[in-house]
Amino acid sequence: MESTAHAFKANVDHALADPNLQDSLAKLKVGFSERRRQAAERLPEFEALRDRARDIKNHTLAHLDFYLEEFERKVVGLGGHVHWAPTAADARRIIAELCQSVNARTVAKSKSMVAEEIALNEHLEALGIAPIETDLGEYIIQLRNEPPSHIIAPAVHLTKDQVADTFLEHHAKLGFDKRLTERNDLVAEARYVLRQKFLDADVGLTGANFLVAETGSSMLVTNEGNADLSNTLPRMHIVLASIEKVIPTLEDAAVLLRVLARSATGQESSAYTTLNTGPKRPGDLDGPDQYHVVLLDNGRSSVLGTEMQDILRCIRCGACMNHCPVYGAVGGHAYGWVYPGPMGAVLTPQLVGVEEASNLPNASTFCGRCESVCPVRIPLPKLMRHWREREFEKHLTPKAVRQGLAMWSFVARRPALYRRLTAIANRALALFGRADGRYGSLPLASGWTRFRDFPAPQAGGTFHARWAKRKA
Amino acid sequence: MSNATNDARAQILGGIRRSLRRGDLPGEARRVVETRLAEPPRGPSVARGQLPQTDKVALFCQWAETLNATVARVGPAEVPGEVSAYLARNNLPATVAMAPSPLLEGYDWASQRMLAIRRGRGEGSDQVSVTGAFAGIAETGTVVMASGPDHPVSLNLLPDTHVVVLRESDIVGGYEDVWVRLRSRYGKNLMPRTVNTITGPSRTGDIEQTIELGAHGPRRMHILVVRD
Repeated sequence: MESTAHAFKANVDHALADPNLQDSLAKLKVGFSERRRQAAERLPEFEALRDRARDIKNHTLAHLDFYLEEFERKVVGLGGHVHWAPTAADARRIIAELCQSVNARTVAKSKSMVAEEIALNEHLEALGIAPIETDLGEYIIQLRNEPPSHIIAPAVHLTKDQVADTFLEHHAKLGFDKRLTERNDLVAEARYVLRQKFLDADVGLTGANFLVAETGSSMLVTNEGNADLSNTLPRMHIVLASIEKVIPTLEDAAVLLRVLARSATGQESSAYTTLNTGPKRPGDLDGPDQYHVVLLDNGRSSVLGTEMQDILRCIRCGACMNHCPVYGAVGGHAYGWVYPGPMGAVLTPQLVGVEEASNLPNASTFCGRCESVCPVRIPLPKLMRHWREREFEKHLTPKAVRQGLAMWSFVARRPALYRRLTAIANRALALFGRADGRYGSLPLASGWTRFRDFPAPQAGGTFHARWAKRKA
Repeated sequence: MSNATNDARAQILGGIRRSLRRGDLPGEARRVVETRLAEPPRGPSVARGQLPQTDKVALFCQWAETLNATVARVGPAEVPGEVSAYLARNNLPATVAMAPSPLLEGYDWASQRMLAIRRGRGEGSDQVSVTGAFAGIAETGTVVMASGPDHPVSLNLLPDTHVVVLRESDIVGGYEDVWVRLRSRYGKNLMPRTVNTITGPSRTGDIEQTIELGAHGPRRMHILVVRD
């Protein structure tokens, strides 16, 4: 999808003024995060499992070439095919050719953020192949022609009423001309409409939560069962996965599964966890005739061995965004690309360029909640800070900020001058602001005072002065 | 393998090795990871599932019910009757699609004269399916389905109601115990085409984060836990 990350500030203004979005985000704050807390409390081993999950991913990344080759060997040995895609364009071409090889007219898709990353739907549509999103959230946003706003709950920005309007608009022509008001009726209608599409689809395309090198299996975790229908009914199953999804063994999967569902939705276990290994076997009564895995790099291999490597541990649970005060205020669309929230603020500059996405790592208060809930303990604030440093080195920081920082560093390196100037500022601000205790507007600080008051200094002088007095 | 595929493969693997500042994994280091792959180390043990067998069965039932399945504990002779009774209790038609499995053929279905049974894979129009389970996981109340000629995957997914027959002796503590059983049944490093581990009915929280059952898979899951 086309990035609008450069327009983050305008996107934010838009998001803050959208009442439906703000209603939906208010529910997010009490939903996912509270359920995650309860699930973590129910499992005494949760913290030990997080440590182990981090170690498994680190081990895999240090031997990524070995495990990818092992995975490939196992898939091929069972009659499956592995396709290597260095770039998004390569992956699009490979998938389109596979679809064309069976004269596919429709593709049943289960939710895949990697497919969003490579803009697969637009590409297939241009070739006359209809992709059908089957995850309920993805289906809703496909009807609305919107990008996902959350990596595990793509339609989390919408209210029930908006979904009802969307279904009425698109399903009326199928005979569903009554506007629904109950959630279970909306789910039932989508189930009915999509069921026939599953049965008719020529190709099933899924992502993968993990690729197991030991067995050559792709592993998928879902709640709806749509991915399982996608990989069972059509005659061709294509798995699209990025290279860092590989893990060594089933034992490693057991550890990662235990932290994934609990971190994502606070569930003890997702409803469906499925391992697919090769095409259908002799004697099987169902399953696809062909099984293909497309391994996408798209810049990830160049992240290995750098200060940003830790982001490749990410298992896409969404906990960081569920707990982020910035995401909670503006939602996922404001981030302007596929991956929102803290993990998106780290990954997006890597995948679309820091020039395009430099706003994202700056949209953080570094409160640290994301790191504190990350199941694989990615130091997200530290990685965002690395991006800020790279942005500064590349001279992408706005001129006013650079000049301000230059002035500050000039003064800060001259302690006597620094103390004198801050003492004057402190006295002046205290003198004019003491009556109210705060400022509603202030010269040179309109960016701050536009949204909130600036506090007037308390009595007692600058921090330096008070510290000196305390030590005396 | 075409040249283009070879080039793309070399490009990605070469890029990884350049970033890791080494060539192909050298001898000793390779042996270490090969050993890890051959003898997979287990993660931290989860105490919840480490119980005597009878307690495992009870824990399985408790979690399955907590996560929206229903459970009936029966003896082997009661299995066909419980299936009929369940359908009647829920006003469901006495017609089922059944997995053609030796495990299920061991029960006396002929005793249920009103029950129409079709053996084969699942069809879009099926209301109810009956399948066996390869294993049950006590830790989360999860049933494990291994695909094969005796167990079409579509039976787990297409019908509105899924009735699962699970023997008490097939209930294990955690995932790791399932992997042990899969390896001993199918061979080391080998898997059936599809292993579905299923915890309760299909569900979605995609509309306002509120859980609704029966998104695409079964709306109801009824598990018969059978005494050995």
